[in-house]
Amino acid sequence: MEIKKPAVAGTMESSDCQVTVEPGEGKIDFTLDSAVAHQFGNQIKKVTLETLANLGVDNVKISIVDKGALDCTIKARIEGAVFRSVDQYKDLPWGGAIK
Amino acid sequence: MINAVGRDIPEEILKATGKEVFQGTHHFDGFEYQTASHKVKCVINSNGTKLVDSIHDVLVKCGIKDGMTLSFHHHFRNGDKVLNMVMEEVHNMGIKNITICASSLGSQNDPIVYMLDDGTITEIQSSGVRGQIGKAISEGRLQGLAIMRSHGARSRAIESGETHIDIAFIGAPTADEYGNLNANGGKADCGVLSYSAADAMYADRVVAITDTLVPFPNLPAQITQTYVDYVVKVDEIGDPTKIATGAAKPTTDQRKLLMAKYCTDFVVATPYFKEGFSYQTGVGGASIASTKFLAEIMREKNIHMSFGVGGIAKPMCDLLEEGLIKTLVDTQDFDQDAIKSVATNPNHHYITASEYADPFNKGAYVNKLDFVILAALEVDTHFNCNVVVGSDGVITGAQGGHPDTAAGAKCTIVIAPIMQGRIPTICTDCTTVTTPGEDVDVVVTDYGIAINPKRTDLIEATKDKGLPLKTIEELRDIAYSITGEPEKVQFGDRVVGIIEGRDGTIMDVVRQIKKFEFNN
Repeated sequence: MEIKKPAVAGTMESSDCQVTVEPGEGKIDFTLDSAVAHQFGNQIKKVTLETLANLGVDNVKISIVDKGALDCTIKARIEGAVFRSVDQYKDLPWGGAIK
Repeated sequence: MINAVGRDIPEEILKATGKEVFQGTHHFDGFEYQTASHKVKCVINSNGTKLVDSIHDVLVKCGIKDGMTLSFHHHFRNGDKVLNMVMEEVHNMGIKNITICASSLGSQNDPIVYMLDDGTITEIQSSGVRGQIGKAISEGRLQGLAIMRSHGARSRAIESGETHIDIAFIGAPTADEYGNLNANGGKADCGVLSYSAADAMYADRVVAITDTLVPFPNLPAQITQTYVDYVVKVDEIGDPTKIATGAAKPTTDQRKLLMAKYCTDFVVATPYFKEGFSYQTGVGGASIASTKFLAEIMREKNIHMSFGVGGIAKPMCDLLEEGLIKTLVDTQDFDQDAIKSVATNPNHHYITASEYADPFNKGAYVNKLDFVILAALEVDTHFNCNVVVGSDGVITGAQGGHPDTAAGAKCTIVIAPIMQGRIPTICTDCTTVTTPGEDVDVVVTDYGIAINPKRTDLIEATKDKGLPLKTIEELRDIAYSITGEPEKVQFGDRVVGIIEGRDGTIMDVVRQIKKFEFNN
C-alpha cells in the first residue's frame, strides 16, 4: 500500500497510543515516544514493522506516541491510520492484511 | 559486593559511604551502640524570649555556613511552605553545599530544584522524592548522593549519629514564644509532629517556625521548650487545603474492590485475625476498601482491633469512634478527619517516628503489628518490593514506613494490580529493591494471591478456604502473557542514590537515567 496523505489514529489516553502516518521518502521512518520505552521500546518497534509489512507499506513516516498500549492496540491503531491515509473505510481486508 | 537481596553494590559506594551491604532484616538484632549527642546552648537568663524576627535573622543566630545539614519534616505534605521558605533564604545568603535531611520531599518542593544545579544543595537524605527533585536526582543533577531511607531508618540515622543535624527546622501549627509546639489549633494543622521528634532531640540548633503564636504555656506540647532554641513567626507555614489530600475517595473501581475482597478474605483466614489483633493499612483505594470489608466481619464476629498504627485516615478513625478499634497510634495524618481525631479523641495518640518504626531503639510499634497492608510499584518473584523508582528508572516514590512495617508485622500483605498500564507489577526482578522479600509474606493481585513459600504456616492455614491461591511465578506469567516480557531499564553508570536498609546497610543503588536506545 502507498500512503497517500497524513492520517492519525488513536488517542493520548493511558493504555492507548496515537499513530501518525505520512507519505515517506522511500523508506520506513519510525519515531517513538513511549512512557514504557525502556521496557517495551524494542517490542513496539518490532510490532510496528511487522504490522506495516503485513499491510505492504514500505514507504512511510510513522510516529507513535505511546501511553502504555498493548501490542494488539498498537497494531490496530497502525492499521487504522494506514487505511485512513488512503481513505479506505469499507471492504477492509479482515483476515488478510489485517490479521 | 552482592547483598542478601542479590544486588551488586559497587565497592566505591561502600567506600564512599562507609556502609555495609544488607545482610538480612535481623542481622543487627541485639546490636549495642552509643547514641549520638548534640550541642546545647543553655538558656539560664529568665527575662528572655526565643522569638526571632525573621528566617534570615535566625539563620544568622544559628551560625549558618557552607556544608551544614538542615532538617525538615513533611507533615504538611503538598501544602508545606516551610522547607522552600528556609531554603530560599539560605540561597539568598549565598550558602553552598547544604545537606537536606527531610522526612520526605515532594512536588511541593519543585520550586527549589534549581538549588541542586547551583550547588546550594549537594546532598539529600529523604524517605524518597516525588516531583521535580526526584527527576533531577535521576538526571544526575545532585552533586553528591541521595540517600533514601525509611521513616524508621531516618530516626536510626539521627539517633546513632550517622546523620548529624546542624539546624532542625520544625514547622509548628502552634507555638508559644518559648518553644512549646503542637500540631493542632492553628491555621495549618497537621495533627502530629512525629518525624521531627528525633530532630528536636539530636540537632545542635532547633528552630520552630509557626504562623500561630499562642500564650505560654502551649500545652499539651508534642515538642517541648527544652529542645527549642528559637521561634520565628511567619505569615503561612502551610496551605491547609493541600495538607490532607493523601487519602483516596471510597473506590468504585471493580479491580480495586476485587483485590480488597481477596485481601480481607485472606486476613480473616489467618490465625492472627482474632480478638485484639493489630493492623496498619495505607490510604490507597484498595487498602481503604479492604479496611471497610474487614470492619463488616469484625462487627459480625465481635472482634476488636487492639491498636491501629501508621499514617491515619478517616476509615480508621471511624472504626475508633465505633469502638471496633481500641487505640490508634499516629505518626502522620492524611485527612482532616484524622487531624481532628488525634486532637480530640483520647484513644488516638501521637507517637514519634522512632517509637513507630526505628529498628535501633528498644522496640518499635511495628514489632507489635499482626498485619500490615501495603502497596508497591513492583513486586518480584523473590517477593522483593520496589516503592521508590518508577518503571522508567526515575526516582518517583518514597519508602515511608514500607520496609519498617514489613519487617515488623507477623503478616505483611502487599496489594498490587497485576499490571499498571503496560507495566507488569509482578515481575521477575524489581528495577530497584526497597523492601526485602524475606519480609513480604503475601501478594494480593486482581488475578490471585501468592504466599511467600517460606511461610508454610500461612500456606497451611489458608488452604481449602476458597482463596484464589497461585504461585508468584504464575502471577508473573499471567502478567507477562498480557503485557509481554519487559526489558530492563537502560541506566547510565553513575550511582546517584542509595536505597538504605532500615539498619543503615545498602539495599540497592539507583543509577543515573539515560535516554532509551533501540537494539538496532
